[in-house]
Amino acid sequence: MYNITGYYEADTLAEATALLAEKPKLELIAGGTDVLIKMHGKAEDTELFSLRKIKSLEIIRKAEDGTIVIGAMATFARVFKDPIIREMIPILTEAAISMGGPQIRNIATIGGNVCSGATSGDSASSLFALNARLKILNSLGERLVPIQEFYLGPGKVALKPGDILTEIRISPEDYQGFGGHYIKFAMREAMDIATLGVAVTCKLQGNIFDEIRIGLGVAGPTPLRCLEAEEFAKGKDISVETVAEIGKLAVRSTKARTSWRASKEYREHLVEELVQRGLKIALVNAGGAELV
Amino acid sequence: MFKRIAFSVNGKAFNIEVDIRESLLELLRNHLGYTGAKKGCGVGECGACSVLIDGVPTDSCIYLAVWADGKEITTIEGVASKSGELSAVQKAYVEEGAVQCGFCTPGLVLTTTALAESGKEFTREELKRELSGHLCRCTGYQSILKAAEKSLEGHICTCVDSPHYKGK
Ligand SMILES: Cc1cc2nc3c(=O)[nH]c(=O)nc-3n(C[C@H](O)[C@H](O)[C@H](O)COP(=O)(O)OP(=O)(O)OC[C@H]3O[C@@H](n4cnc5c(N)ncnc54)[C@H](O)[C@@H]3O)c2cc1C
Ligand code: FES
Ligand code: FES
Repeated sequence: MYNITGYYEADTLAEATALLAEKPKLELIAGGTDVLIKMHGKAEDTELFSLRKIKSLEIIRKAEDGTIVIGAMATFARVFKDPIIREMIPILTEAAISMGGPQIRNIATIGGNVCSGATSGDSASSLFALNARLKILNSLGERLVPIQEFYLGPGKVALKPGDILTEIRISPEDYQGFGGHYIKFAMREAMDIATLGVAVTCKLQGNIFDEIRIGLGVAGPTPLRCLEAEEFAKGKDISVETVAEIGKLAVRSTKARTSWRASKEYREHLVEELVQRGLKIALVNAGGAELV
Repeated sequence: MFKRIAFSVNGKAFNIEVDIRESLLELLRNHLGYTGAKKGCGVGECGACSVLIDGVPTDSCIYLAVWADGKEITTIEGVASKSGELSAVQKAYVEEGAVQCGFCTPGLVLTTTALAESGKEFTREELKRELSGHLCRCTGYQSILKAAEKSLEGHICTCVDSPHYKGK
């Protein structure tokens, strides 16, 4: 039995924002795989507001201008199977299948993953590397927030009472021409939280790096980008030496700490190593030759 | 607080008031008598409570009872035929010795049933991945994997567009 004192639901977004404006204290619930787990052993009363009946929030589509639009209520199972995501932004397909186990993926949503604000969220590193923007709606209107500005601290995100995340948007300039790779490093191959999440994308021009992007999860209190390494890579030769230097520089952007899963030193070693491995695969996916 | 919902379990229709605080697992076990769904961890980790909701394997311990509104639920009690003959998947689990204490078995049989009914083919690695949401403390998984493989091999699908279609 969960300590739920009230349960509300809405069929449309308009109804949802109106009800939330009236009752801003309601706690939103999507798949419930974070909300319900946290309710175990929680003393205070919780009134839930379910988004599960708003079917329009489950849609994944490509807009006319090429922007990929992922509804916040799309489950990880749906994200994994989606043909648009698989073709255009496969690092999110890879991230989706690495998350939880089948029964969790069947119910957990990508919007819930982002709104939970966990640095270990399996969608986070890929969405950082893809420069995702989040569409947030309330009764007064909507706004777009870059994902880097959305994560504020462990479990803290830029949502105000009354806000609903409706869409995750990825612009064509953030995926067209890029190849990528996602590595979830965990102690077990299934049903485990990442010790480190690494998403790398790159765009090549002949034998030089045009642009690279590195998104990391669990390398700090929030997911992050390795901007120093990304800046360094611009215009450099594609070589083992360049990739090694990128791995070293990536560590400088991290704020890893020691937890029971791994020490700070071990995580930093993983960042240096896995960024290189990820980039080597990403550059092949971007059409480059394999580095040996 | 209670909410009226309509749903079916193993083809039997229900229209009842459910407590908003309850999980589907509690509804099934404590009020409707479907005790085949087990409570292991209660937090989505072990899969002992898994049931099929509209054919999709779901952990019923972290699924609110009110969400069952409009859904078709299948529990382990609904897998064998009405006359009590075991399904092909159940037989495979028996034949492979994939059942010891049996606590994980209802969930595993249901997930395997969903895989068999999908009509898709799975590599061994994919099968492992599809079964990874079920913990078994007894068997060591080899016999379970064999049972799942056997369940899928033996499947003769009648849908023409399925890779298993073998003609009439
Ligand atoms: C057994 C188990 C294994 C797990 N494994 C993993 C894993 O491997 N990787 C991983 O990343 N996570 C994992 N998780 C955590 C969890 O499943 C994910 O974070 C999931 O994506 C949360 O989504 P949800 O739909 O269940 O969110 P909910 O629990 O419904 O909501 C999460 C939070 O987001 C808010 N919220 C949800 N949707 C919206 C919205 N549209 N607008 C505004 N706020 C919203 C809620 O109010 C709540 O604060 C696991 C959880 C369990 C129980
Ligand atoms: S009891 Fe539901 S997953 Fe363990
Ligand atoms: S047979 Fe005992 S838990 Fe699987």
